[in-house]
Amino acid sequence: MSAVRKPELVCPAGSLRALKLAIDAGADTVYLGLRNATNARNFAGLNFDDDQLREGVAYAHQRGRQVLMALNTFARADDVPTWHAAVDAAVALGADALIVADIAVMAYACRTHPQLRLHLSVQASATSHEAIAFYRRHYGIQRAVLPRVLTLSQVGHVLRNTDVEIEVFGFGSLCVMVEGRCALSSYATGQSPNNAGVCSPPSAVRWNDLPDGVEARLNGLLIDRYAKDEPRGYPTLCKGRFDVNGQRDYAIEEPTSLNTLAILPELIQMGVRAIKLEGRQRSPAYVEQVTRVWRQAIDAAAAAPERFRVEPGWTAALGHLAEGQQHTLGAYDRPWR
Amino acid sequence: MTHSNAGAAPGPFTLSIGPVLYYWPRETLMHFYAEVAESAAHSVVLGEVVCSRRHEIKLTDWLALARDLSSAGKEVVLATQALIESEADLRALRRMAEQGEFLIEAGDASALNRLSEIGAPFVLGPHLNVYSRPALQEYQRFGATRWVAPLELSLSAIGQINADAPLMPTEVFAYGRMPLAFSARCFTARHHRLSKDQCEFRCRDDADGLLLSTSDGQPFLVLNGIQTQSAARTCLLNHRDELLAAGVSRLRLSPSSVDFGAVIEAFDAVMNRGKDARQALAMLDAEALRGGFSDGFARGRAGLEWSGA
Repeated sequence: MSAVRKPELVCPAGSLRALKLAIDAGADTVYLGLRNATNARNFAGLNFDDDQLREGVAYAHQRGRQVLMALNTFARADDVPTWHAAVDAAVALGADALIVADIAVMAYACRTHPQLRLHLSVQASATSHEAIAFYRRHYGIQRAVLPRVLTLSQVGHVLRNTDVEIEVFGFGSLCVMVEGRCALSSYATGQSPNNAGVCSPPSAVRWNDLPDGVEARLNGLLIDRYAKDEPRGYPTLCKGRFDVNGQRDYAIEEPTSLNTLAILPELIQMGVRAIKLEGRQRSPAYVEQVTRVWRQAIDAAAAAPERFRVEPGWTAALGHLAEGQQHTLGAYDRPWR
Repeated sequence: MTHSNAGAAPGPFTLSIGPVLYYWPRETLMHFYAEVAESAAHSVVLGEVVCSRRHEIKLTDWLALARDLSSAGKEVVLATQALIESEADLRALRRMAEQGEFLIEAGDASALNRLSEIGAPFVLGPHLNVYSRPALQEYQRFGATRWVAPLELSLSAIGQINADAPLMPTEVFAYGRMPLAFSARCFTARHHRLSKDQCEFRCRDDADGLLLSTSDGQPFLVLNGIQTQSAARTCLLNHRDELLAAGVSRLRLSPSSVDFGAVIEAFDAVMNRGKDARQALAMLDAEALRGGFSDGFARGRAGLEWSGA
């Protein structure tokens, strides 16, 4: 039996500080975006200008690590050159690969910079090996990030039917919808991951104090109400409590985080090439702590998969950081079926 | 009365009936298409695009229905499933892509791969992401001959994509509850505390989906199995001039269980026969389904907004 290949740990960097902490904590690779609508975490105060990107790439490369640039929104009809310029910037500033979703961007990248490595973003919504083959054949993508909707066995099936490297999400916010095909946020606010790089944008959020608690509204829509002592989450619209047939509940998804630590040996055994942690919008301290836990876990699982167990200390550390302090295996787990 | 001029419209707009997004019983579905056959619609998109577990109508049934509608003078398009997850999904997709008799509407990149490999022309469905002219040019290289604009795209962006010379005919989602998102999870089953594998086909109980409202009673979304829709029905009756200016030539009317015959008539009258939009709109019942109407996306606003109230 061939030895398992240790998957790459891919960590989020919303800032230069987060990038350095992630690398120091053991990230093999960091991913980041420019400070504009060309990436799917287009939040105020986040992301990189050219100088920061140059410095971040140097910091990573000096330590033998890699930097991926997320260029994973869709070029706007009235502003395509901005997306082209971001491709050029990635090359000029030394990014090791581009994470792309829009075929207009892929076409420009592979014609203008044929040597540039392309990763298919989760925002491209490739959920099957046929879909991945499409982007491989026409744009030479070398890695695909799978949407968080496939079961473990479906991930395995994709892996057996493609020679493209597969990256999966390991930890962080959980999109219950297929990424790249969700217009819920633009329906409610006008802005979405595809058209503006944001979901449930902070500019549309209002917190109102009530006599018995607080309510969160998104562009006026009541997403959730919390009692005084109830923990509050960010009002991502699919994680609110709504009324269906007179039942008030998390009708779409609970405010939980994805955590795949428990199935790490299986993911490695299947041949997953990289494990991605979500959270470019989170603090540098968060990134550092999550990276440290996952570094230990991947090293342990790759060294002795049969003896792997999730250390209580890891779960405790991640539990404090998780959204709603709850974890789920998401689609990897049976109850979703 | 049967319209025998397949695909040809008396005015500038081809009226296209989108796929039925709900799980209607076979008899209801056949009755619906018998009415569509007699209607002013020019084009019909057939197929189960939401859930592979909805198995009452099989490909051979769709093909038989397609032939009937075709002989009634309609252009027929077969749509592939929007979310492809399993090898069984892929097999169904290949069978549809390779039937060779009817034009295919591609629902995802798996379909694009299959169709571009076969070399068959195809329609780009609304869940394939076209946000710029260069993207549409790419899809054209692979065989796209028509596109349905993404739901959230504004008419102004569509106009920019079409510029002075449209690359191919543009279809816009002009009426109906909008399919906004897809998930691996079945929200209808979840609501009934059932697993997706043992869902008891409860989505069959809701002819227009299961309404989700905010806690203060505002209709917001609709759960339709693994698909999430808007509660509001898009209605672009008021936007004839803007649609023409954006280079749109086809209007997609998405089936609902109420008033649909009247909707087709209203669009035919306003879009192709010069009837006043306000008058036609007043004839439609905005509250026939909770959530009313919307036209925000067309205007580059939040999708749920409505300018016609």
